Amino acid sequence: MIVFDQVQKSYQVDGRAIPALHPTDMTIETGEVFGIVGHSGAGKSTLVRLINLLEPPTGGNILIDDENITRYNATELRAFRRKVGMIFQHFNLLSSKTVSDNIAFPMKLAGIYSKAEIRDRVQELLARVSLTDHATKYPSQLSGGQKQRVGIARALACRPTILLCDEATSALDPQTTQSVLRLLAEINKELGLTIVLITHEMDVVRRVCDRVAVMDGGRVVEMGAVSDVFLHPKHPTTRDFVFESESIDSQERQEDLQKASGRILRLTFKGESTYQPLLGSVARASGVDFSILSGRIDHIKDTPYGQLTLSLVGGDLAVAMNALEAADVHVEVLR
Amino acid sequence: MEALLSNVDWPEIGIASWDTLVMVGMSLLFSVLAGLPIGVLLFLTGKRQLLEQPVAYAVLSFVVNVLRSVPFIILLIVMIPFTVMLIGTSLGVAGAIPPLVAGGAPFFARLVETSLREVDRGIIEATQAMGASVRQIIFGALLPEALPGIIAGITVTAITLVSYAAMSGVIGGGGLGDLAIRFGYQRFQTDVMVITVALLVIFVQMLQMIGDRLVLHFSRK
Repeated sequence: MIVFDQVQKSYQVDGRAIPALHPTDMTIETGEVFGIVGHSGAGKSTLVRLINLLEPPTGGNILIDDENITRYNATELRAFRRKVGMIFQHFNLLSSKTVSDNIAFPMKLAGIYSKAEIRDRVQELLARVSLTDHATKYPSQLSGGQKQRVGIARALACRPTILLCDEATSALDPQTTQSVLRLLAEINKELGLTIVLITHEMDVVRRVCDRVAVMDGGRVVEMGAVSDVFLHPKHPTTRDFVFESESIDSQERQEDLQKASGRILRLTFKGESTYQPLLGSVARASGVDFSILSGRIDHIKDTPYGQLTLSLVGGDLAVAMNALEAADVHVEVLR
Repeated sequence: MEALLSNVDWPEIGIASWDTLVMVGMSLLFSVLAGLPIGVLLFLTGKRQLLEQPVAYAVLSFVVNVLRSVPFIILLIVMIPFTVMLIGTSLGVAGAIPPLVAGGAPFFARLVETSLREVDRGIIEATQAMGASVRQIIFGALLPEALPGIIAGITVTAITLVSYAAMSGVIGGGGLGDLAIRFGYQRFQTDVMVITVALLVIFVQMLQMIGDRLVLHFSRK
């Protein structure tokens, strides 16, 4: 468990303190995939680097499994960092070392593993990230996705309990992003590793995260289960992110809604109700006519969801809304 | 041919070439041994680096700049008492080595500092995140990553030392430069001058070629 207790960070620029993170309380549970989303400069890079103290906080306490890591001395800090893997947007592999040597590097630095242990562990990790055939290549000979898989293998080498991902898919194409995210989800499930992932893409959060914190201007403005934050965003920044991920232009959306007649509702289906043939029967029972203004059916991690914006005309609106709510559909009246 | 090169004493040329080789080789060795740690320290104590130390950096940088801004011919003369103290003489091959190192080491240190700055900061950060100590970061990540740049720096330093070694002939340093000055310049033996210059050119070409090959061999980018 990672606990932030009034953690803050500011930088000294020309003698003035510029805050990068305002005092923040936050708890990340063991074994969850926790996403931190925000625009560049929102403070998410700082936040993730506080967890392994690459950035020391200027105030507050960080507790990891009930140990206050901000009190560690240099030796304790180095031992602690071995238990926290980290992967990066630009991979940060050593260009002078082969794939195998890159993966072995953290184990060699730790100085507590025998040669045989290192060799076996490297083989095991190469197999896990499907790079066994590339063991003797140098990073410059690999594609972006392969480099990130080396990064992941390297981060896992010392069997960490926490994996920090700093924009790990931002330099990858959509397909490679998919496969890297799938690998991360797999690692999370099989090894029970806590993953803290920062990104500027809500889509990444939707695919792998359990909970998410949205950051803006050095503050966490919204935090909660991904399905709640994603389907019912409250803060304007969160809404921007969700719209962005659905490639919705909020202005166009407003114009569309103005053209539609009748009441406008947003229906949110989650889990099994996504697959129920509901709209037709509700329309028949209530005599309401509907037209679909926008909609999306997709998955949040493993849960299917649907979100439809409808305009309703005629019939008995109250009956329709009751029937929908009875079927576990979340109904929001937009107009 | 014989008449054209009548003044050239080939055994003498051979000895002088060997002397130049020894002077350059020894001074390069000591320049690298002294310059590498100075360069690493310059890098580490620099702005926004691992061991940021503005005062230490300023002092070190100042000393390096002073040594580099004194024209080598002056440095040769200024160093004479110090060289005599250090090895008993300021003449010959041995006498030339201390001033050569005094000129070569700070030059190489700057080149090391520059090539370390070329190393991606992300690699340093990643190594730090693995729990590496500063020592491990230097030897495990920084130096291996900067190796091609450092080798290129050694090549440039070696070539500079060839020209410095030739200059040391002025204060009786020995080697091809000494030959060129004593015979080619002072006795107007143009043929000796031509031969020594030709040998120096060949020497420099070979150094550059070997250096380039090594850089290529160690480059993984």
